[in-house]
Amino acid sequence: MTMKETRHIDGWFGEFGGRYVPETLVTALDQLEEAWAEAKSDPEFELEFTSLLRDYVGRATPLTHAPRLTEHAGGANIWLKREDLAHTGAHKINNTIGQALLTRRMGKQRVIAETGAGQHGVATATACARFGLECEVYMGSEDVRRQSLNVFRMKLLGAKVNVVEDGSCTLKDATNAAMRNWMETVDTTHYIIGSVVGPHPFPTLVRTFQSVIGRETRTQCIDCFGRLPDRIVACVGGGSNAAGIFSDFIGDAGVGLIGIEAGGRGARPGDHASTLVHGEPGVLHGSRSIVLQDPDGQTSTVHSCSAGLDYPGVGPEHAHWHVEGRVDYRAVTDQEAIDAFCLLSELEGCIPALETAHAVAGAVQEAGTMHRDQHLVINLSGRGDKDAEEARRLLGDLD
Amino acid sequence: MPFVTAGYPDIETTGAILSGLDPSWADIIELGIPFSDPIADGPIIAASMHEALQTGVRPGHVFELVRSIRADIPQGLVAMVSTSIVERSGAVGFIEEAARAGFDGLIIPDVDLDRVDEILPTIDAHEMAFSLLVAPSTTDARLESILPRCRGFIYMLARAGLTGIRSELPDISPQVERIRRLTDLPIAVGFGISSAEHVSTVLAHADAAIVGSAIVRSMGTSDDPAAAALDTIRALSSGRPPTA
Repeated sequence: MTMKETRHIDGWFGEFGGRYVPETLVTALDQLEEAWAEAKSDPEFELEFTSLLRDYVGRATPLTHAPRLTEHAGGANIWLKREDLAHTGAHKINNTIGQALLTRRMGKQRVIAETGAGQHGVATATACARFGLECEVYMGSEDVRRQSLNVFRMKLLGAKVNVVEDGSCTLKDATNAAMRNWMETVDTTHYIIGSVVGPHPFPTLVRTFQSVIGRETRTQCIDCFGRLPDRIVACVGGGSNAAGIFSDFIGDAGVGLIGIEAGGRGARPGDHASTLVHGEPGVLHGSRSIVLQDPDGQTSTVHSCSAGLDYPGVGPEHAHWHVEGRVDYRAVTDQEAIDAFCLLSELEGCIPALETAHAVAGAVQEAGTMHRDQHLVINLSGRGDKDAEEARRLLGDLD
Repeated sequence: MPFVTAGYPDIETTGAILSGLDPSWADIIELGIPFSDPIADGPIIAASMHEALQTGVRPGHVFELVRSIRADIPQGLVAMVSTSIVERSGAVGFIEEAARAGFDGLIIPDVDLDRVDEILPTIDAHEMAFSLLVAPSTTDARLESILPRCRGFIYMLARAGLTGIRSELPDISPQVERIRRLTDLPIAVGFGISSAEHVSTVLAHADAAIVGSAIVRSMGTSDDPAAAALDTIRALSSGRPPTA
């Protein structure tokens, strides 16, 4: 069978994507695909989504020049796409608002979600509060420890937080738990996946809801400096903020796209979560992508200081961009990310999320190699309030 | 059709169960190859897979075991294996290795239906069984895509949800009849089949009952897991009609 003959041609990005799920979920995925197709052709949906992004999320988020970080890096002009200023403090809300609207269209009353750093959990709980949907969030116990403030926020927003004690007790295990619950509740429940991962149509759906970041960035770059940027840098765990900002520029050959993965403690297996830098093709959580697995196909242990990047997989479209060479994926270590966390705070008055700090570190390195008349945009995907406790643990009291 | 997790709690136990099964208790044995992230399995089987992996059991060990005792086992032997494992070493290579080891069939519960045609020629070349899952929610249109791609038997899910022990058995007859209208292959029913009584009810409509969690659970609470599994399988087989 050639790829052209496959039924879900839309669900494939080159050799990556697909729907590797137990049969129980297939009808729900078809239903989601159908609801989304209807929504896309319904002007009311677009209007409501756009209005909510403007009036509830606070879009458009600004593009802010970073003069002192530019000076520090000693090269290209650095600009910050301020997703940290979106409601709930990260880009995740763009997707959860869109999927909550679809949940309502499908007539489902209950929502589940997985979360690592807790930002997607908070954004899901927020959207559910706004639409009066029942919400349960699955979160690994290690992440509950690292991101306790977000656990409290979710509860405050009326969500139930289910602590997952399986495996590494992180994002991968929370995703397993959410998928298992969905298998049992699929008739009444929608699973709001938080990244561009999972079975078709999720990778396309989530990227589409996040693509507002890239569209705004394009307009804002032209307004601010009269042309498209030379580079765009974003952190990549599952890859939703990166897909959101990259997707609008894939066809612009002059715009270099750089994805920064979690390099953790180093390049040894188990010490990092740099899936595209070190991984190989395989299947995880419903799609074929590049994954970190052992030679038998068992999911590898991964490590990152950042709960949102601590994941052994990556969205299938990123895997495609990687093998096509369209996006350059690199790794930044825990230490480099923590240094960048402090750097952006001190130089620009923006405390980034630890996930985002990886992008800042990679961007500073890249900007230093560029000319002063060039422009680099960092997708400042989230703010670091949630990381204050963990950063204090890692850094001490800064006295 | 009894299911046991291969290598739980160790590979010797699996060998003892395979060798100890009386042919009158079951025609086919299903061996689950342990996977780190089994999303279709409930807590009992998931925990058994994690325990097997922790003791170092890998697909290679399972193949080795099957190769060493295949000649002594009269029953059919099918492997239940995640697509993550199958795809990792290249699907064709994995299927050929399973066939060489002595497996008669494969169940890949999370395979993408659109990719099945790429592996069917290898399945057929080795004359293996290949069962796709049919769920209560599977539409008639999709059923028409699934059934022609099955070899040997159909794996019908008794319910939505995960593997596990349940007290109630839903009415499976409408599902069985829906499938029968479209295929002559035997229908095996699994997910939540937990007792001899369930087995008996299933066999009144379908051709085989698949029991996993109830067997694995009995092993977990026993000092002699192989004996416990065999006892449970024998007890479950009392649900088979005498002529079977």
